Amino acid sequence: MAVHVQNKRKLFLDSYHQTNRAQRSREREAVAFIFSGEGGEVICSRRLDHRTIQIFDRQLMELSEHIKTANVEDAVLRQPLHPAARGTLCVTGHHLLFSDREESSPQHFLLLLRNIDAIEKRMSGSSGTITIKCKDLCVLQLDIPGMEQCLNIARSIETLSCLENVSEMYPFFYRPSDQSLKDQWGLSSTEKHYSQMTDLHDRWRVSSVNRDYSVCPTYPQAVIVPKDINDEMLVKAAKFRHGGRFPVLCYYHRKNGMVIMRSSQPLTGANRKRCREDELLLQAVIDGSDKGYIIDTRSSQQAQQARMTGGGFESKSCYSCWKRLHRQVERGKALQESLIKLVEACGNDSHNMDRWLSKLENSKWLSHVQTALSTAGLLAECVERDGHSVLVHCSEGTDSTLLISTVAQLIMDPCCRTLEGFLALLEREWVQAGHPFQKRCAHSAYSHARLQQESPVFLLLLDCVWQLLHQFPLALGFSEALLLRLATEAYASSYGTFLCNSDKERCVSRVKEKTLCLFQALLRPKERRCYANPLYERTELAIWPSVHPQSLQLWRGYFLRWTQQARHLEEAQEEIRNMVILWEKMALT
Amino acid sequence: MEHLRTPKVENVHLLDRSSGQRRASVGTLYLSATHSIFVEDNPETRKETWVLHSMVNSVEMPSNSPAGSQLILRCKDFRVLQILIPQERDCLDIHASLVRLSRPEKYSELYCLSFNPNVNKEEREESWSFIDLMSDYRRMGVPNNLWVMTAANSEYRVCDTYPSELFVPKSAAPTIITGSSRFRSRGRFPVLSYFHQDTLAAVCRCSQPLSGFSGRCQEDEMMLQAVMRSNPGSDFIYVVDTRPKLNAMANRAAGKGYENEDHYTNIKLQFIGIENIHVMRSSQQKIIDVGEMRSPSMTDFLWGLENSGWLKHIKAILDAGVFIARAVADEGISVLVHCSDGWDRTTQACSVASLLLDPYYRTIRGLMVLIEKDWISFGHKFSHRYAHLDGDPKEVSPVMDQFLECVWQLSEQFPCAFEFNERFLLTIHTHVYSCQYGTFLGNSQRERKELRLPERTHSVWSQLWKDRVDFRNPLFKADLSQSQRVLRPNTTPYCFKMWKGLYSHIDKSMPPCQSPADFLSAMREESQQLEEELTNHQERIAALTGRPIVWEKTEVLKRRTTHLQQRHLGPDPPTSYIQPITGHGQAVALKQANQMALNKEPNLYLPTECHSKLKDHDPDDCSTCSDRESGVADLRSRSSSGGDYAKDPDWE
Repeated sequence: MAVHVQNKRKLFLDSYHQTNRAQRSREREAVAFIFSGEGGEVICSRRLDHRTIQIFDRQLMELSEHIKTANVEDAVLRQPLHPAARGTLCVTGHHLLFSDREESSPQHFLLLLRNIDAIEKRMSGSSGTITIKCKDLCVLQLDIPGMEQCLNIARSIETLSCLENVSEMYPFFYRPSDQSLKDQWGLSSTEKHYSQMTDLHDRWRVSSVNRDYSVCPTYPQAVIVPKDINDEMLVKAAKFRHGGRFPVLCYYHRKNGMVIMRSSQPLTGANRKRCREDELLLQAVIDGSDKGYIIDTRSSQQAQQARMTGGGFESKSCYSCWKRLHRQVERGKALQESLIKLVEACGNDSHNMDRWLSKLENSKWLSHVQTALSTAGLLAECVERDGHSVLVHCSEGTDSTLLISTVAQLIMDPCCRTLEGFLALLEREWVQAGHPFQKRCAHSAYSHARLQQESPVFLLLLDCVWQLLHQFPLALGFSEALLLRLATEAYASSYGTFLCNSDKERCVSRVKEKTLCLFQALLRPKERRCYANPLYERTELAIWPSVHPQSLQLWRGYFLRWTQQARHLEEAQEEIRNMVILWEKMALT
Repeated sequence: MEHLRTPKVENVHLLDRSSGQRRASVGTLYLSATHSIFVEDNPETRKETWVLHSMVNSVEMPSNSPAGSQLILRCKDFRVLQILIPQERDCLDIHASLVRLSRPEKYSELYCLSFNPNVNKEEREESWSFIDLMSDYRRMGVPNNLWVMTAANSEYRVCDTYPSELFVPKSAAPTIITGSSRFRSRGRFPVLSYFHQDTLAAVCRCSQPLSGFSGRCQEDEMMLQAVMRSNPGSDFIYVVDTRPKLNAMANRAAGKGYENEDHYTNIKLQFIGIENIHVMRSSQQKIIDVGEMRSPSMTDFLWGLENSGWLKHIKAILDAGVFIARAVADEGISVLVHCSDGWDRTTQACSVASLLLDPYYRTIRGLMVLIEKDWISFGHKFSHRYAHLDGDPKEVSPVMDQFLECVWQLSEQFPCAFEFNERFLLTIHTHVYSCQYGTFLGNSQRERKELRLPERTHSVWSQLWKDRVDFRNPLFKADLSQSQRVLRPNTTPYCFKMWKGLYSHIDKSMPPCQSPADFLSAMREESQQLEEELTNHQERIAALTGRPIVWEKTEVLKRRTTHLQQRHLGPDPPTSYIQPITGHGQAVALKQANQMALNKEPNLYLPTECHSKLKDHDPDDCSTCSDRESGVADLRSRSSSGGDYAKDPDWE
């Protein structure tokens, strides 16, 4: 994330400089400056107490071995939509800091190293050029004098941008002045969520069978299950599901009492194993109603094949009241490759129209958006129109399962469409439900590294939500800016929210005690102003998206974010905001 | 009248797919001299659907179904109506009548000659003087000491497709003009289209030179010199040939061609590569087909879009405009634009360039002026291109459609730079085809004068101006940097989108998509009202107390959308027609239908109706509302397994 900081920062740096710590290297200065918080407010140097400095020192010792050249004078920075600037470049443990030489209004440019997806270096004579491709799709160029300096900087960036150890990552060191570690981490919990839904209480209960994460390592400690199923049965059902992800409740539809459950695939294997407890659990979900639907987000062939490797699907004979529907929603490698192709197509201005359209088609990204939206629409239709409960799963139940259930909830439930509601939904369905963010978002579209478990499932979700926002500009309480912010934060963040792969891992790394929560930060009044949708008007109705190809559009705000075009659209958004403010002021008087 | 065989058929089923209907409605079909009118039987709604005969592009009669005979009406605004008539005989009659009525042979048969919108003679005359081109030339600063008006063509003798009033370089003597005109296709010699005051550079237009392989004309060479000299300080001009170079070269074999740079001193020739009207015609047909696809996959759709080539053509036109605007604004170099005859591609390129150069043309009135100047007065062949009369189908081509789409693409890129909205463009598009007003009739100024159109018909511009509230872009902000001066659009392919408002029938059928623009318009209007009220109250209080007012802080009110609903009901389409048609016999029905047609504004399918339901849904009435908002039929049809999820994929 690039942050431009104004004169105030300079003032702060100057005053910091004067307070008898003059000998400190420029590098430390920069880090201290980073500690002052990107959020906006400038804190004065007095507030930088010893503890902070100590943390900083410790951090630096561990990472400083990777920094051979800490600062470079006379570097040139080229970023999209800005004129080239000459100034000083600093590398710290977690950031690149560039300060230009403008005497009157110095500009600082700050880039989280984690945000860097790939770099390319080109040497010519005594200087070198480093092209930095960020995970937020921004492409920057640095001209650095001195070959060795350039190579050093490049090497530092390469190492520091993909630290493996969670506890070394920036969120553990980020201490803005206006937020504190004592602030609540997270918006809600399973228990709180349960207690708010009183309609649920006579048939459903909160189980803490997973309190030590032994039943399912990727589930949170508490889950909502049918009242009739006791913990022992849950343990047995978990053994029958991939990764222990037994069916749990994720959404209760107040209008008709139907629910959405999610799980992973059943481990039926080649010889069609059964599990009595799993069958009872699902039977208890239906309870009295004639049938339920299972939406398997794999094609039927894929589900068949999964049996060879121990997985499988719910057969008709064992789950007689459940009707299974297969809709193939792409995830994993295919999705990652799709993103890479799309970004490549968007990055090349020299394509002619035919080439562009065929590249766009060839990337298949929009097809993935279409499938995801239509599958979510199908799920919502089963619940809202047909009045049946639905179980949704893929193989692991940590990717497309979450994607589909999240979009379906947005379609049906007005409570999920507010700013708070949406963030709470993401927390529940993605962070707590164990989407492996760290694995999936390790790299974005530019990396040449061999793909491991990267897959832009969360980005696909944000794109689907953007399509909803595009089709229903008045129905969602949050703006495109929020989606863009989330897309950036998921890949590189100062906050701890998207760290690790599951609740358990977060617990081990003590993320909740040692980092700040993004969702809380986004709800602060100042932030809220730019992430709320000024046109929002709550509607109780379901918002059924059109999935016709003509109705779906390339998310220009994201994929063409660093072009002039995006600026004009932002200006228009700003204009809308101003109009609404003016209007409200008039209505007030 | 003599073409009407059956003026009324009952028990007709109508399916208007483009307006989002999923189930056919049953009603009565009336045929008048000017319209087909369908009135729903449902006594509560009695919804009326009006189709102007001149908007009908084709009438097809596919094979009969057991329920009756079918008619498919394809309209020039790309709507498709399916009509099911119980008796085959009736269907044949209606078909024959419509085929005849939709292809008028003489101007006198056109709707604008019978259309009478209840205004008196003075108003009609005023409507024709609403747009005054001379004042636009004055606005851009001509005549001046560089450009003067010439009387050479006042009797249309030099060029019968040019207007009588033309601006030429001051140094161009009448002999040069006539000499040059003889060396140009159709006599269309170089004249001024737009003068850019900031740089003193000009956009000029003409047709191709009759050079062949080696021909030259001294007067024409002097004419181009004169154009250059009219831009003090410049030492060359650009000659923009908007055709692909290959086409231009091929024209040399027919004694036409392009300027030889050896003969003309100080010109730089630039080819742009906009294809000819025949390519455009077939390309548009392909994109219409894309818009009509029932449930294509994303791949089908994008492939169809690519295969149509449509966006490529739009980009070429925009590129031409950008080239000209850059030359004029950035380099300060005058540009002479031509294609073959100088009335299609040249018109597109010049008008797009003017739009980019001058913020005035981005206002509601400005766009009218621009169209009146570059299109109507310079002899764009409206009646041929838009098939106002039954004629050569090879003359038909969507030249204006493309210009309007360029404007739309620009407005998508600069949402705050245009005073008008998409509806304005769509309305103009409709009227270019509708023949309801005389504005777009005929092929040249001379022809319009001979037809005495200003005496016999009405002008569309003053009507549009009256309705301007509906055409306003609420985001328009003249003082925003993006709105000011020269627009510099990005013409990278990813900046282009399919114009759904025109080509997509699916989207019109979608939820009355919550439209932020409508909402904001209503809001803007309300704030203005509130502001006025506030000043009124302040004045009254001040008058009463003689003291200045201090406002106490009050709770922020919840947004009062109920106020806004009224606005969203939109302009009244014929649905507000109060007297139900209860024809006793055909004569009465016919008479009434004709009367209706003559007395009131017919619904020309402006897509305004869909906005009317913007916010007035009743939360209690979930069933109907959610159905209306539904995209689910859509969802189902998408599924590859045939759509019905009852299909169980169990293999055991």
